[in-house]
Amino acid sequence: MADSSLFKEFAKGTVKENPLLISLLGMCPALAVTTSLTNAVGMGAAVIFVLTMSNIVVALLRKIIPDAVRIPAFIVIIASFVTIVDLSMAAWVPSLSKSLGLFIPLIVVNCIILARAEAFAYKNGVARSIMDGVGMGLGYTLGLVSVAFFRELLGNGTLFGIGVLGEAFKANSVLVMILPPGAFLTLGLIVGFMNRIRRV
Amino acid sequence: MGLLTLIIWTVFVNNVILSQFLGICPFMGVSKKLDSAIGMSAAVLFVIVLATVITYLLQFGVLVPLKLEYLQTIMFILVIAALVQFVEMVIRKVSPALFEALGIFLPLITTNCAVLGTAIMATQKDFNLLQAVVFAVGISLGFALVLLLFAAIRERLDLETSTPRYMKGMPIALVTASILSLAFLGFSGMVKM
Repeated sequence: MADSSLFKEFAKGTVKENPLLISLLGMCPALAVTTSLTNAVGMGAAVIFVLTMSNIVVALLRKIIPDAVRIPAFIVIIASFVTIVDLSMAAWVPSLSKSLGLFIPLIVVNCIILARAEAFAYKNGVARSIMDGVGMGLGYTLGLVSVAFFRELLGNGTLFGIGVLGEAFKANSVLVMILPPGAFLTLGLIVGFMNRIRRV
Repeated sequence: MGLLTLIIWTVFVNNVILSQFLGICPFMGVSKKLDSAIGMSAAVLFVIVLATVITYLLQFGVLVPLKLEYLQTIMFILVIAALVQFVEMVIRKVSPALFEALGIFLPLITTNCAVLGTAIMATQKDFNLLQAVVFAVGISLGFALVLLLFAAIRERLDLETSTPRYMKGMPIALVTASILSLAFLGFSGMVKM
């Protein structure tokens, strides 16, 4: 019984309560870094790490943190893990760190992480908070990847930098998909499509 | 670079919302009514300029001399959160009327990535203090311009009945933002940075 409820915490974030495509949280990086699948996966990994670690620490400290100062406390916890990710990425994957740029430190103000700390980890135990963090993080990554898939495929004719649509397409690609308007368009259409299949 | 160039670059060419994707949450969240868009723009202008000045001084007065640059993210977000609280308290005491108008937008600004984004960018671009201030003003004006344009469009959009049900609300707003962003692409190359 306990296992199935743990799995439920994990599964809800990926599809039913997908933070990006259903709840529309964390749209800034979803628009900015989805020009290629590599960037989307890198950003997703960073968010999974920060979200899971901050959920763990918030769940561990939830009885110690006073109610009145919980938001500043969450922000300090989140900012510490973001700094860890920022420095690690700059050290080990400098090219990825360069292309994600400003949006790595901006994970601090990504609403998903603060929302999960406040709405879930502050009220639940460590095991459930880990499942919630990983599930929500994966769901967000899934959202980023689905936006980046269309943008990179149509805008550049490649997936993960490997040409799939041939040289002729690449020479005449739909360049606007890589540019800012393509980001808004793709996300809008995917969210509309999700509404359609959920019959909202 | 010239200050006027900097303003044109931040407002039109490299608009904070439409080409840098900062502050999308308030852009989508409070652009349903023109009144609240005006309130939000004013609050953002106030906080971004103040936050950029303080974080700029903090970065080059404290963090760089002490070689503590790696604390940038933590320090900046704390300063911004404290600043927003402080501004809220001051406005409540000094001008209750202004507080009525801006009150509900101020707490939202802490998690507005345009504020932290501008503060970090201003320290990375070799600006002097005056250029940093102008940069912050330009960013806020660009934010206000697009927010107001978009709020006016959305008020009309809500009356539109031919939108399919599943595209109503956020999806159609995003598609509209895409068209607006396409229009702003026309400014690219107007000034060189």
